[in-house]
Amino acid sequence: MVKQMLTAPVGAPSDVERIKEESNYLRGTLVEVMQDPISAGIPEDDNRLMKHHGSYLQDDRDLRNERQKQKLEPAYQFMLRVRAPGGVVTPEQWLVLDELAEKNANGTIKLTTRQSFQMHGILKWNMKETIQEIHQSILTTLAACGDVNRNVMCNPNPDQSEIHAEVYEWAKCLSDYLLPRSRAYHEIWLGEEKVAGTPEIEEEPMYGARYLPRKFKIGIAVPPSNDIDVFSQDLGLIAIVEEGKLCGFNVAIGGGMGMTHGDMATYPQVAKIIGFCPSDKVVELAEQTITIQRDYGNRSVRKNARFKYTVDRLGLEAVKAELEKRLGWSLEEAKPYQFNHNGDRYGWIKGMQGKWHYTLFIENGRVADFANYKLKTGLYELAKIHSGDFRLTANQNLIIANVPSQEKKKINELMEKYGLSDGKQHSALRRSSMACVALPTCGLAMAESERYLPELIDKIEGIVDENGLRDEEITIRMTGCPNGCARPGLAEIAFIGKAVGKYNMYLGAARNGSRLNKMYRENIGEPEILSELQVLLSRYAKERRQGEHFGDFVIRTEIVKATTDGTNFHE
Amino acid sequence: MPVGRKKACLRALREFHSAPSPRKKRDHGHYDLQLSKKICGTPPIIHTNLLFQNEVVILQLQVLNSPFNQEQAELLNRILPTLTESQKFWLSGFLAASQMNSAMETSVAQTTQQKTNQQHTKEQTLPKEITILYGSQTGNAQGLAKKAAKRLEESGFQVTLTPMSDFKPNKLKKVQNLLIIVSTHGEGDPPDSAIIFHEFLHSKRAPNLEDLHFSVLALGDSSYEFFCQTGKEFDQRLEELYGTRLYPRFDCDVDYDEPAAEWLEGVLGSLRNAQGESPTPSKSTAPRGVESAYDRSNPFQAEVLENINLNGRGSNKETRHLEISLEGSGLTFEPGDSLGIYPENDPVLVDLLIEEMKWNPEELVTIKAGDVRPLRTALLSHYEITILTKPLLVKAAQLSASKELKELTTPGNEQPLKAYLEGRDLLDLVRDFTPWICSAQEFISILRKIPARLYSIASSLAANPDEVHLTIGAVRYDAHGRERNGVCSILAAERLKPGDTLPIYIQHNENFKLPQNPDTPIIMVGPGTGAAPFRSFMQEREETGSPQGKSWLFFGNQHFVTDFLYQTEWQKWLKNSTLTKMDVAFSRDTDQKVYVQHRMLENSKELFEWIQDGAAVYICGDEKHMAHDVHQTLLTIIEKEGGMSREKAEEYLAEMQQTRRYQRDVY
Repeated sequence: MVKQMLTAPVGAPSDVERIKEESNYLRGTLVEVMQDPISAGIPEDDNRLMKHHGSYLQDDRDLRNERQKQKLEPAYQFMLRVRAPGGVVTPEQWLVLDELAEKNANGTIKLTTRQSFQMHGILKWNMKETIQEIHQSILTTLAACGDVNRNVMCNPNPDQSEIHAEVYEWAKCLSDYLLPRSRAYHEIWLGEEKVAGTPEIEEEPMYGARYLPRKFKIGIAVPPSNDIDVFSQDLGLIAIVEEGKLCGFNVAIGGGMGMTHGDMATYPQVAKIIGFCPSDKVVELAEQTITIQRDYGNRSVRKNARFKYTVDRLGLEAVKAELEKRLGWSLEEAKPYQFNHNGDRYGWIKGMQGKWHYTLFIENGRVADFANYKLKTGLYELAKIHSGDFRLTANQNLIIANVPSQEKKKINELMEKYGLSDGKQHSALRRSSMACVALPTCGLAMAESERYLPELIDKIEGIVDENGLRDEEITIRMTGCPNGCARPGLAEIAFIGKAVGKYNMYLGAARNGSRLNKMYRENIGEPEILSELQVLLSRYAKERRQGEHFGDFVIRTEIVKATTDGTNFHE
Repeated sequence: MPVGRKKACLRALREFHSAPSPRKKRDHGHYDLQLSKKICGTPPIIHTNLLFQNEVVILQLQVLNSPFNQEQAELLNRILPTLTESQKFWLSGFLAASQMNSAMETSVAQTTQQKTNQQHTKEQTLPKEITILYGSQTGNAQGLAKKAAKRLEESGFQVTLTPMSDFKPNKLKKVQNLLIIVSTHGEGDPPDSAIIFHEFLHSKRAPNLEDLHFSVLALGDSSYEFFCQTGKEFDQRLEELYGTRLYPRFDCDVDYDEPAAEWLEGVLGSLRNAQGESPTPSKSTAPRGVESAYDRSNPFQAEVLENINLNGRGSNKETRHLEISLEGSGLTFEPGDSLGIYPENDPVLVDLLIEEMKWNPEELVTIKAGDVRPLRTALLSHYEITILTKPLLVKAAQLSASKELKELTTPGNEQPLKAYLEGRDLLDLVRDFTPWICSAQEFISILRKIPARLYSIASSLAANPDEVHLTIGAVRYDAHGRERNGVCSILAAERLKPGDTLPIYIQHNENFKLPQNPDTPIIMVGPGTGAAPFRSFMQEREETGSPQGKSWLFFGNQHFVTDFLYQTEWQKWLKNSTLTKMDVAFSRDTDQKVYVQHRMLENSKELFEWIQDGAAVYICGDEKHMAHDVHQTLLTIIEKEGGMSREKAEEYLAEMQQTRRYQRDVY
């Protein structure tokens, strides 16, 4: 065991730390500013707190300049993120969300890369009603964003439903246990009376008044699928199944995607396995891991505040030692496991107990009614008759789960009627694609993502077809900024936005999500992207070995150097 | 057109010249009339007009009021109404050339009127004191009253010039010479500042005025049913109270400059006669310049600097923000003043009209002696083509062989005629009543001059030197199977580009002014384009610095996201405390429609406290609905919070109005 004093980085606390500390446990002046009728926005300080309530203030950036000239404030609107552990919701909940999106948001739902729902375009005065209806449906937006533990991901894994059920229970358990305890959310949105005169009660026994230095992400993978990208999590748990039973989890810590362009001190990182934890101890494991980050994370520089930097700074062994010290017990040695891929398996799969599951391809997770494709209406109609549940995958797709055999026909008919499908008509490349929201709503976006990737893939599909790679699954991901919402660091081909129309291009991540990619070209536009891919995919088609994934091929042929750790991502 | 557009910015509806659609008429029966309030156009043929109006009986030639014998008078009375403008021009020239009585050169009406006056006033000698009372909403009557005062003073009279709102009715008995200059609004209503005096005069308390000599100058718009109604009522009532008419009433149409000048000279002549002096020939009736060389009759060609739509994407409305340069004009204004614009007609409509009549667009036409222009140009920039009036149809009936038109303009058919006028324009007229049996020259001679549109100024000269800003709501609607456009608003919305010029002038409005004392709190109620003058108020208060009184703005519109006019500016003024408080009502964002008056009621207690603390209340915008509802709401608040009866509350508000603590700029 390493005997050393752990310390947090020195430096003045960032402004966000002050805001949290002065917020009286996430209250701030949210009640007042949400009532201010003169602006549809809220001040920056309150927006920082708002994130902890599951929402960001955004504006329609397409209209920003235009409205400024018109003497109108930006088209302020709120994004609201609904967390659902493991992405599981009932058909009734689906209907509620669909109706809310129609009534109070922009009429679409975004299925996120973390198995959450996002609604965009909600006006300030509709927020309370929206949150209340979500709450009534037994979902929540609390801590869907902010410096707290986020939605806990887990593998929806419909073909092993007994394991899934158990893993899901743990995901739910972790998710609930790690929620903030402050009543601020209930007071502000749900009309709960503020209980006066009990200051001695600690509002946040785990988080404390300043909450965490940065967001904290937990995900549980069930091998052989690494669909949730377990190594991108702050705390990744790999379910270990022995003799058909869940016995516990391999524990990986310190993963994360975000970085800042041009800042070498920031980098994506893969989580490292530090051992094995039995199922029944996983909650305390998570809690103590979080308290380490709470105590030693960087509260001075936010872009270095994720747990991955804490782990890298303190050293994996030191963190493990501290964790075991806090737990009062030691982790067991990690158990063997095997990941094959980090994508989804589309179409019907028969699970246990005669139930069927259909994985529906939803491009970039956008549930909307398009001109010739009434996806949203189709799902709404489906939710009306579906007796099982819905599961959001980590790749922004949707599983219509637990369909009894006798209802399969009805489901099929509806899917056919609305053209809902597994996406077989598309290339495998498209079905392995992911994009974050980016423009026009995301305030961080530097370039297009969700609105552009499908169009770019149209063109790449031409190249793919020319080279006979239509059925080759190659993960391709795009984000509008380097914060990494679509986990681009773990894609075989990735584009990270630098400016409108310009992207950094990355290659060489492992197909099973265990290795980061590396920058191949900087700041290029569509013509260069296409000409590069023309060469690369043509070479891949000709020179690949049997079963060799594209990400591995570019390493072997030395097109890029392998990134063996986040710390050498920029090399 | 979406239904929402119909209710488009109330401000824009000032442009009554694009007559409202029947639908709008049903919904808001009075828009057309309200709209006239800001309009003061110019028919150059006022005298002949008089012969064709209702007043024809009064002005008909008689043995007593003319140098003609019975037979001559009858013949003339028969022939004169049938003459077209060009025939009259010809005739007058002919008579002049024949060295006939030179008095005939001016006009039959004037000559006869002067005769009348002489008969009226011959026997008396009147004192040299003259009281001029004016009732003005937009400042036209006030401007004329000031001119009259100046002219009379120059002629040696002692003039007391007073707005009706400031005049103590009990002093009326002592007045011997009274001139009344008053406009008419809404459905023949007096302007705000004239209401109390008007009421008094029509009440039982009105005194016997047998010693009074008076004359009335009435302002109005002949396209409305109750043309010059208020002036007529004053005129009639003063007679009923045994006053003596010093000089006959003149009813001025939208272009009032010339007839008003003529009336003034007539009054002066009568007064001089009564003084025993021989009337001096009038030197010049041209209006005198005030601060600037430019005014209503000599507009400044101002360059447009900026023209933007204030409504965000997806709005039902379009509201133009215009920034106009005053550089080199010498024009100045104060917050609360208005800007007059002489717009150009829509070229598409002009071309349709020319095509319909198979006219030659290049044909030279005479607008008045010495002013000859190509027909298309004349129709574009000189004549009103978007509204029909009764006098116009009466004259048009002489130019068409259409039996229907003759029928429609026959006495007894007033109701169908009125119905026809509504929402129709000249193109409808020429299409509906063929065949036309006249030249282009004859036809255009019956048209009114295009009137200027007045807009409340949205900027402060102190904050934006050499600039004037306007807030103009675009008016578009369908009527009688065709899309109709507001003349000036659609010019602004669709054709006017930065760099273009507009003929403009300043219309001062003493009835809408910030309090003299900058520490006086102000309450501003301005939904939609009604916010315009309050932007000017805020700019002025911000520019002139502290200490400043508190201020409170009530603003409303359809949707928060798209229709919050000047949103970022109000936000800035709230932040830097130029604006103390703001309440907003967006009627279409909620299931239940909320308007500014609801916000006022919600803040009833505080609002009354402000009023008790001396706050001045300003209302700008639509009259018939908004201003009326806000007025009632103010009464309710005063009643409730002040513990008063309705009657007391009315007195309280009337007192506020008298003391200029309740001012309205409504349309």
